[in-house]
Amino acid sequence: MNALRRYLDKIKPNVEKGGKFHFLKSTFEGFETFLFVPNTVTSTGSHIRDAFDMKRGMIMVVLALVPALLFGMWNTGYQHFLALGVEAGFWEMFWFGFLKVFPIIVVSYVTGLGIEFVFAQIRGHEINEGFLVSGMLIPLVMPVDVPLWMVALATAFAVIIGKEVFGGTGMNILNPALTARAFLFFAYPTKMSGDRIWVAGLEKGMETVDGYSGATILGQAAQNNEVFVNGIGEKYTAWDMFLGTIPGSIGETSTLAILIGGLFLIYVGVGSWRIMLSVFAGGAAMGLLLNAFGGNALMDMPFWQHLIVGGFAFGAVYMATDPVTATQTQRGKWIYGFLIGVLAILIRVFNPGYPEGMMLAILLMNVFAPLIDHYILEANIRKRLKRAKVQA
Amino acid sequence: MSEREPLFSAKNLKLIREPLGPSNPITVQVLGICSALAITVQLKPAIVMTLSVMAVMTVSSVVISLLRKMIPPRIRIIVQLVVIASMVILVDEVLQAFAYEVSKQLSVFVGLIITNCIIMGRLEAFALANKPWPSFMDALGNAFGYGLILIIVSFFRELLGSGTLMGYQVVPNSFYEFGYANNGLMVLPPMALIVVGVIIWVQRSKNKDLVEQN
Repeated sequence: MNALRRYLDKIKPNVEKGGKFHFLKSTFEGFETFLFVPNTVTSTGSHIRDAFDMKRGMIMVVLALVPALLFGMWNTGYQHFLALGVEAGFWEMFWFGFLKVFPIIVVSYVTGLGIEFVFAQIRGHEINEGFLVSGMLIPLVMPVDVPLWMVALATAFAVIIGKEVFGGTGMNILNPALTARAFLFFAYPTKMSGDRIWVAGLEKGMETVDGYSGATILGQAAQNNEVFVNGIGEKYTAWDMFLGTIPGSIGETSTLAILIGGLFLIYVGVGSWRIMLSVFAGGAAMGLLLNAFGGNALMDMPFWQHLIVGGFAFGAVYMATDPVTATQTQRGKWIYGFLIGVLAILIRVFNPGYPEGMMLAILLMNVFAPLIDHYILEANIRKRLKRAKVQA
Repeated sequence: MSEREPLFSAKNLKLIREPLGPSNPITVQVLGICSALAITVQLKPAIVMTLSVMAVMTVSSVVISLLRKMIPPRIRIIVQLVVIASMVILVDEVLQAFAYEVSKQLSVFVGLIITNCIIMGRLEAFALANKPWPSFMDALGNAFGYGLILIIVSFFRELLGSGTLMGYQVVPNSFYEFGYANNGLMVLPPMALIVVGVIIWVQRSKNKDLVEQN
């Protein structure tokens, strides 16, 4: 560590004002603060500072994503070998999934961080850590066979149009990871929806067992199937859906892994439990309402089942809680989360074009979050004004 | 009466040049956005639309400018609309007679030229107060400015969304074999808004005067 410190101190004068590489100052700073705690102190006024800065907050979210990521890698292999009809061991499945998922992660980080660095240099800003989380979320919401150039394009779109045009990390209206997914969803629908994309190798015409179908549970429900089966015709149990041994985007299938991550986020105080809870409550409420009417497979699906299939849990825990795009007021968080849950199920059930509604529900509520906050602040101001008048 | 101004005086040329850059009707005044979103999926309809708007705009500008001293101020909007609407009907008939396919593609948007804010805006702001020749130059300039943005937007939308330009395939088949795919989002209207936004972004980062102070 000391050698590293000495090396950094040696090259530091080059990037200071007047140095040869001054234009790389924010890059240098980015790496320096990544490796060492910055030694800048506040010089005027009294401040109370928490050691919990953005870097630590972001790293906590990345850590919380690890269970979903590891499970996703294993599940990629599991689904693949199931379709092939080949017996494979645990490590074999995991290794297959790792080789599939790792390149997507690398592409997402390299593209996104590259753009962030360029913008930081141009604007003379510090490099923000916001992309550390987005860069991990993007691969987890992609289907496993997505072409890498599409990942790069979507990441670039999300970072530039979703974030940098608004002024960078903390100024964005929409969740960048979901912007990336929505971009691909509308730009290349054949690669982002359907029955053939969720299991690695299916699209390339891999030799599968007879009668294999790669349809997700929601895909089957949209076809009005009452009973959900896996690729080789075995019935899915609720336990399968909860554990996540079902086809889907890389990181979204296992509700268990997501819950572990969610509890971790609540424990370290990064994710808002209010939002998570109210998203589930909203989804359950809408599900119950639809159950009361019934009519087709999606409406008849038990309300609790809605919460453990598709991207619902993933969106609720990692996407809806994004501190930048969510509401800021405590009461606003309840409304925001509840409406996400309601809308997600609503889109899922009533719009046959979109078998999964979580992405669109969160993006829509991202847009409405500032409005919710505005009215809650206004209401509070009115309430306090009234109280002041009564006393006077 | 003062000395006769030459036809292409610096002042008149400025009327043509300004709308192409610092007072562009779409990117700076943000007028005529609806048609810019609707008919820029392909290059050909965009060019035809530009020509139609140019024809409507120049003729009605000159007509209004000639009538400017006779139009009672209280009913001037109605008079303007009558002139524009008759021009639009003429253009529509010509298109249906000589460019039926494109006219089908443009569908209702030819008729909607009547409501194009750029035309009304220029008639109100310029033609009503200026002589016919400068009005003609001003209309021409604004139509160029409008068309420029339309053509840039539709160029990118057709190239990336359909892989063609003017209906001819330009993205080679070998790209598609490598896994390249047309971007479906480019064909949808939201992307037109984003492309216009990017043009505005580029324009303002080059010309800092256009950035609003607040």
